[in-house]
Amino acid sequence: MHNLAKTIIAVTAAGILGACATSGTQKSATEVPKLGKPISEQTVALWNIDVRTKDGVGLPGGSGTVAQGKAVYEKQCASCHGPDAKGGPVFGTMVGGIGSMTQSPRILTPGSMYPYAAILFDYTRRAMPMNAPQSMTNNEVYAVTAYIYNLNGLIPNDAVVDAKYLAAMKMPNRDAFIQDTRPDVKAERCMSNCKPVNSKL
Amino acid sequence: MNNADKLKQSQAIVKAANQELSAHSSISHNPKRRALLGKTLAYAGAAGAAGLTGGNALAQALPIPESNRTMGRTIPPEDYGMPSKYESKVKRRRTDVFVNRQNFSDWSMTPLAQQLGTVTPNGLIFERHHNGIPEINPDGHKLVIHGLVHQPLEFSMSDLMKYPSVSKFYFMECSGNGLTDWLKPASKTVQQTHGLLSAAQWTGIPVSTLLDEAGLLKEAQWGLFEGADGSAHARSLPIKKILDDALIVYASNGEMLRPENGYPLRLFVPGWEGNVSVKWLRRIKMGEEPWNLRSETARYTDPMPNGKWRQFSMEMEAKSVVTSPSGGMTIRPGVIEIQGFAWSGNGKVRTVDVTLDGGRSWREARLEEPVMDKSLTRFRYEFKWDGSPMSIASRVVDSTGYVQPTVDDIKKVRAIVGFVQHNNSIQPWAVSSSGEVTNAQFG
Repeated sequence: MHNLAKTIIAVTAAGILGACATSGTQKSATEVPKLGKPISEQTVALWNIDVRTKDGVGLPGGSGTVAQGKAVYEKQCASCHGPDAKGGPVFGTMVGGIGSMTQSPRILTPGSMYPYAAILFDYTRRAMPMNAPQSMTNNEVYAVTAYIYNLNGLIPNDAVVDAKYLAAMKMPNRDAFIQDTRPDVKAERCMSNCKPVNSKL
Repeated sequence: MNNADKLKQSQAIVKAANQELSAHSSISHNPKRRALLGKTLAYAGAAGAAGLTGGNALAQALPIPESNRTMGRTIPPEDYGMPSKYESKVKRRRTDVFVNRQNFSDWSMTPLAQQLGTVTPNGLIFERHHNGIPEINPDGHKLVIHGLVHQPLEFSMSDLMKYPSVSKFYFMECSGNGLTDWLKPASKTVQQTHGLLSAAQWTGIPVSTLLDEAGLLKEAQWGLFEGADGSAHARSLPIKKILDDALIVYASNGEMLRPENGYPLRLFVPGWEGNVSVKWLRRIKMGEEPWNLRSETARYTDPMPNGKWRQFSMEMEAKSVVTSPSGGMTIRPGVIEIQGFAWSGNGKVRTVDVTLDGGRSWREARLEEPVMDKSLTRFRYEFKWDGSPMSIASRVVDSTGYVQPTVDDIKKVRAIVGFVQHNNSIQPWAVSSSGEVTNAQFG
């Protein structure tokens, strides 16, 4: 009798606990399918085109010279960017501007603006030429990168540019970048006798 | 279409834009068209007031409308419903401040004055592409997650649509919204000044769900998100934001994304500049540090004093704008309801104040419910206009206590040189005694 009572109590308790556990599961509904197909890094090799530009991680093998780059540029780039990368019918100049950062306007070119040399390689490989992106070989991209930096006076005529070369280049604008510390503007919620929105109002 | 045909089509669009600009015949430039638009948008309040005082009580009985006396059109067997032909002027528009010399890295803007709720219809969500709009068959589209994860994974679209989804209302704003109008009133209409802004109900999967499945390594502090378009557009994002509320989205406003907004799959990063919500998403790579790509250094950075540049400034700070009355409209004396939008990438809209005297005095506007986190909030304020010239503007305070600044406030800490991003300044509109509303943004 005594044992039976204990058993009944235990069963009831288990029932209550069981009910709690069940309703808990229904509420949280955390079951998520796992449908991703496992792949290896080799599967994604042709998509894996990004370069961590600060240190050049991700730059591929291959190389190119300034002279080779001039030929690539004239064939692939000049129709939009103009002769000698000085600006063309579609885009503005890609040379000059070094030293313009304290002027207005600032002249933004790969030479004046990019803090890391590998940015030009990454961008050209992923997006250029605009009418046939991702069609150039790595050697062609290295070569045209060399040509543009040469036009900007950053590398000599006989430079052979490769991954190591780009990672080692110190760009003029390297130390110009600061991190976001906004809110940087502190306006007040003035309701009367306030300063007009601008001086013409 | 091959690339040559696409180029021809783009050249035709650019040529048309040129002609429109030189002829001053765009809807916002032509005074006759503008007056017409103003009349179309005349205020019910003003018209009503005129009716009451006009003494036309003995006017003729209204005729029975023709539509009451005829059968309507039938339902076609299959149909995707389109707006009334009488709404054909409500369209996205490219900038009319200058002519972009090509039409592939380009943008078009939302007609905010005609957006009547807090959600932008899918066909009016603003566009920004870096090499045109790709046409992607979802059956072949793959999303890959790799880099600093335990197990690289590949997902098909049909896989992704089997995950539990979430639907959230969020605004989306391009960091370049307002970049032509810092120092002078270059744009005529609110579509041109603020139209790189839209809002939708976005449906998809938290990015964290898929990263959990791949298994994040503890060194994974940043992620690279890359698109399947002709620019392979890519951006780096910090892990905190990715795990906090970033979504992999396949639908907006209840239907699959439009091609121009990322079909079949995009990233959506609530409250942050639109550029990071990478469209046509094909790849996520986890890494230790940001990649410092072109779009994170030479573009989308803020010029600061002493030749410096601020980088990774991705939150869109609180902003508001009066959409009605706004540039290009004409109003008449009587009761005027000021309407507009307020939003913040850092939380909810707390209050919106409105000025009628160029900012000398302000009064609180009414907010329309619901007021949601990182969403568009509508505000309203009624007053009786006596016909004297005035300058209207709005100013938002968000849930962090941040107060929307003027251009003058911003100029004290940033360098406004060239095409500058992240313009969240107060937008004034001047109203002349004849009721013409014009842009009065002078920096």
